[in-house]
Amino acid sequence: MLRLPRFRYMAPTQISEAARILASEGADAMLLAGGTDLFPNMKRRQQTPATVVALRDVERMREIGSGHCLTIGAGITLTEIVQSDLIRSRHAGLWQAAAQVASPQLRNMATVGGNLCLDTRCNYYDQTLEWRKAIDFCMKKDGEVCWVAPGSPKCLAVSSTDTAPALVSLRAKVKLTAADGDRMIRLEDLYANDGIHYLTKDHGEILTLVELDQVDDWKSTYWKLRRRGSIDFPVLGVAASAKFADDGTVENCRVVLGAVSSAPIRALKADAALIGNRLSDDVIAQAAEAGSKVAKPMDNTDFTLHWRKKVAARFVTYALRELRGDDMREMRSRVARHDLEAVGV
Amino acid sequence: MSERTSLLQIGGAVHNRDKIRMTLTVNGEDSEILADGTATLLEVLREELGLPGTKHGCELGECGACTVLLDGEPALSCLLLARQCEGLDITTIEGISHGNELHPLQDAFADLGGSQCGYCTPGFILSSAALLERKPDPSRAEITEALSGNLCRCTGYNQIFESVEEAARKIREENS
Repeated sequence: MLRLPRFRYMAPTQISEAARILASEGADAMLLAGGTDLFPNMKRRQQTPATVVALRDVERMREIGSGHCLTIGAGITLTEIVQSDLIRSRHAGLWQAAAQVASPQLRNMATVGGNLCLDTRCNYYDQTLEWRKAIDFCMKKDGEVCWVAPGSPKCLAVSSTDTAPALVSLRAKVKLTAADGDRMIRLEDLYANDGIHYLTKDHGEILTLVELDQVDDWKSTYWKLRRRGSIDFPVLGVAASAKFADDGTVENCRVVLGAVSSAPIRALKADAALIGNRLSDDVIAQAAEAGSKVAKPMDNTDFTLHWRKKVAARFVTYALRELRGDDMREMRSRVARHDLEAVGV
Repeated sequence: MSERTSLLQIGGAVHNRDKIRMTLTVNGEDSEILADGTATLLEVLREELGLPGTKHGCELGECGACTVLLDGEPALSCLLLARQCEGLDITTIEGISHGNELHPLQDAFADLGGSQCGYCTPGFILSSAALLERKPDPSRAEITEALSGNLCRCTGYNQIFESVEEAARKIREENS
């Protein structure tokens, strides 16, 4: 039976109080949002904080605000995202990403802030303590070597969040709050391509808010690859958003790939192939080819490595065809083994 | 403390945990209990409150066997601290029937083979009950989606989906 290790539990009701506790407790403290990532990791002794600072009682982090910008409190659950008509109609990529995270029970508990800060994952890391001890641990926790690529100087654990690529594609900003003040950064700047130090924020900073431009003239989408139509983390995520001129020319766009490295990766060459062009089959094929080049999957998740790399171009194609207006529902339910129309009912 | 996580910390009996007093509302009844502050809701339901209907499965949030309803919505009791559930209305499988009268879902699961070994059944029934509460006449796709966080290794799922459809029909008949 997997029991949690001992820890001190604190549940402040104000963000400022949470930030103060985090500052005073230092590296021994960890933040708890929905607990769906942290608690499994604690049960497997991947993370063993002396103090857990729960954010669920912080009311301010549980609000969605709609004014000049759409603001989503980091404590908003993924189910609440899925239930938001505003997000579904204006930020479809985020809605589709949230709807495809894990399972209904997990979405009821998990928060958007937690999903953005999700620990990176690896077949050699997401194992029980006994399992990891048997291979003398890995460099992400307690060991020296990266078992995926023993010559690698850095950890290659995989960014496995669905909402991060979707929100990077939507040009989201996030608010980081610390004891001595707060700052807004672009979400893409929150991530570093390093399986251990995958977040650039200071330990004492709390992700409290996600901010999106209220734009009517952008379209967005998210495509997820996983073995089953539920529960599984992404093996590949493709988020794409675009702004079209009246004649269908792409004025601006962002293609982002998830789960193929330790951070969500922008496919800048795909963007370049799309901007200034209409989404013809040829243009889409060129962008998909260019976009899939940033996918550098390692052999540390589900499915075979070569197929995962190959399928990245296909997924970029599906995403861009959906942005173009093709009816991709049948393809989506075949690929995703999941009926998105039935989510959130 | 060594840099490596102590093996002594794993599993089973961890001594000297701090016990705290908490009041949980389970199946409509308030219970005041003394339990470890780091105990999960699953552990407290089974070990402190004597309600073993909620099952231990993977304990990592992947199987749905420990599903309970919190204020009517399905959640995983293996990934919640009991102390976090104070003030919430907790429903377990023990609270779904009315006295000796089974819930229509329980009847349907028993009659149509929706339950075979039975280990996953409490989780399925609670996820199904939450669905029928908000959607009395769900489509097959909606049932599939609502139950997509519960794993069953026996039935192949079809009998489960049929059981939910049958129970939904009975409940609609009773209410009409």
